[in-house]
Amino acid sequence: MLDFHLHRQQGAFTLDATLKVPARGVTALFGRSGSGKTTILRLIAGLERPDHGHLRLDGECLTGGENDIFVPAHRRRLGVVFQEPRLFPHYSVRGNLRYGMPRALTPAQRQQNQSRLHEMVTLLGIEDLLSRMPGQLSGGEARRVAIGRALLSRPRMLLLDEPLTGLDGARKQELLHYIARLAREIEIPILFVSHDTRELFAVADRLALVDNGRITASGEIGDMLSRLDLAPQTGRFEAGSLLTAEVLSHDDDWQLTRLGLGAGLSLKLARLAMPVGRRVRLRLRARDISIALETPTHTSLRNALPAVIHEIESERGHASAELVLGIAGQRVRARVDRLVCQELGLKVGLGVKALISSVALSGPDVISLDAMDDDIPMVNAAQPSAAQPNATQTDTAQAKAPNDAGSASPAS
Amino acid sequence: MLSALEWEALSLSLKVACVAVGLSLIPGFAAAWWLARREFRGKALVDGLLHLPLVLPPVVVGYLLLVTFGRNGVIGQWLARVDIVLPFTWQGAALAAAVMAFPLMVRAMRLSLEAIDPGLEAAARTLGANPLRVLFTVTMPLALPGILTGGMLAFARALSEFGATITFAANIPGETRTLPLALYTLIQTPGQEGAAARLCAIAVVIAMLSLLASEWLARRARLRMEGRDA
Repeated sequence: MLDFHLHRQQGAFTLDATLKVPARGVTALFGRSGSGKTTILRLIAGLERPDHGHLRLDGECLTGGENDIFVPAHRRRLGVVFQEPRLFPHYSVRGNLRYGMPRALTPAQRQQNQSRLHEMVTLLGIEDLLSRMPGQLSGGEARRVAIGRALLSRPRMLLLDEPLTGLDGARKQELLHYIARLAREIEIPILFVSHDTRELFAVADRLALVDNGRITASGEIGDMLSRLDLAPQTGRFEAGSLLTAEVLSHDDDWQLTRLGLGAGLSLKLARLAMPVGRRVRLRLRARDISIALETPTHTSLRNALPAVIHEIESERGHASAELVLGIAGQRVRARVDRLVCQELGLKVGLGVKALISSVALSGPDVISLDAMDDDIPMVNAAQPSAAQPNATQTDTAQAKAPNDAGSASPAS
Repeated sequence: MLSALEWEALSLSLKVACVAVGLSLIPGFAAAWWLARREFRGKALVDGLLHLPLVLPPVVVGYLLLVTFGRNGVIGQWLARVDIVLPFTWQGAALAAAVMAFPLMVRAMRLSLEAIDPGLEAAARTLGANPLRVLFTVTMPLALPGILTGGMLAFARALSEFGATITFAANIPGETRTLPLALYTLIQTPGQEGAAARLCAIAVVIAMLSLLASEWLARRARLRMEGRDA
């Protein structure tokens, strides 16, 4: 677990950020450009020094504290993936990947390094690139190498600074897939800086909003998106909610899939290419939800779910009112006309039906939470495996290795 | 092929230039790194002082060296106590050549250092590399073309040094009479036009060779970085 309070004055800009990041999962720092996200990341990595404040990782003080400690970047063991891949142009891909790896002093350690490298290379799909130079890689390939390089340095935490910047749609989707997979499989926390809502929707578990140098709110991403008071800041997420669901069944005749939301409720949408039993994260846009007082008949909307109104925000000067509904214990945002709101007599605590068009939901709104079928089983790439008998011993040796003065070139 | 006199001048010139470049490589890189990577008060002044030999008449530099390193000079009198005498010796000629070549070397190295993305060094640090390892595995390899160019420029400049050398180390045959000084002596001597022309040709060949060598080395370093075979 990481917790920090960091203060830094840069000209007219004041950064004053406080946050606790849990020991597992992906925490996203979300905010517009210039809000201070990258500076926070650089302060955590030790690349910049705060004016005052503190930073603790798993109880160890890295910045501030009683003696005003500042642990330099190379002793922090935090993996950083920057906006640009920043591969060393004079080392091959293999040399880059090995740069941060602990030095192998015994044949056993060499063996272990070799197998870790192999696992990582397989996971990221860069087997064929090992002997290439970074200048010969495409944008997406270079990012994958950069992520692999950071993970192979055995970081205690992974910091990603908009790692998908500048990639085209297809490459972005592909790399996002790798990151989402990493996030579920490695056992270290990830701090993900982004201003792209699609990226966050795909990988983030928690969201911290950054505005003008401050962290204004943080929490589970589903809760954060359904909080009406945060709408000004989460606005660029198209108003909506994230629900967890499970694939219940497929209807091949009509090409439909039934998703279970819990509490016996389910909804249908166009057939998904996922097996029954797969847990998924589903995005529901507020505008795709309609409200009825009773289950309607003679309608094309076939998903009618019982819901309870938790909150209503209806302001003069706006045509629409924002609602928060409880469906199967999950919070869901909906948007209706204020006029409708009044005519139907909607009020907090009222039971209604939430109508969801199955056409409105498409594949990209559903993200798998489980490992993919085609996944290669991954043996903890970033953490020493418990299966290795001398794991503790080698880990201590490797923790020291990067601090040795003038270590030899990492290239073989 | 070469006469004894020519050989003497040429080998002395090469010795003086090699020593001059060899001694200034490390301080030159340090100065270039300091100027490229650090902001400090008086940076412009240090920069100006470093460039001074480039714009001063070489004779002035020679005179200042004499004042500083002469037997009664500020530093010279201390060196004399440990039996190090620089004026009128080939070591003095090397010192004069080094001082004259230093700005060119620092300039080339500094340019290549400034062209390195500091983000690469930051990335190396986050991967656990201490400052020394960053210097040796990232900064220096990436600055290598500039280091080679700087070294070669300095070497060529040291070979052609005349004014500061003749002022500080004089024109002593076999001791400080380098190629340019030998050429000057021949020109001053009636009936030696042919010998002067030969020496002149030797100077041109050596200069061309060193330029080509530096170009070849820098190209190799660049190609290696781009992943093609040199």
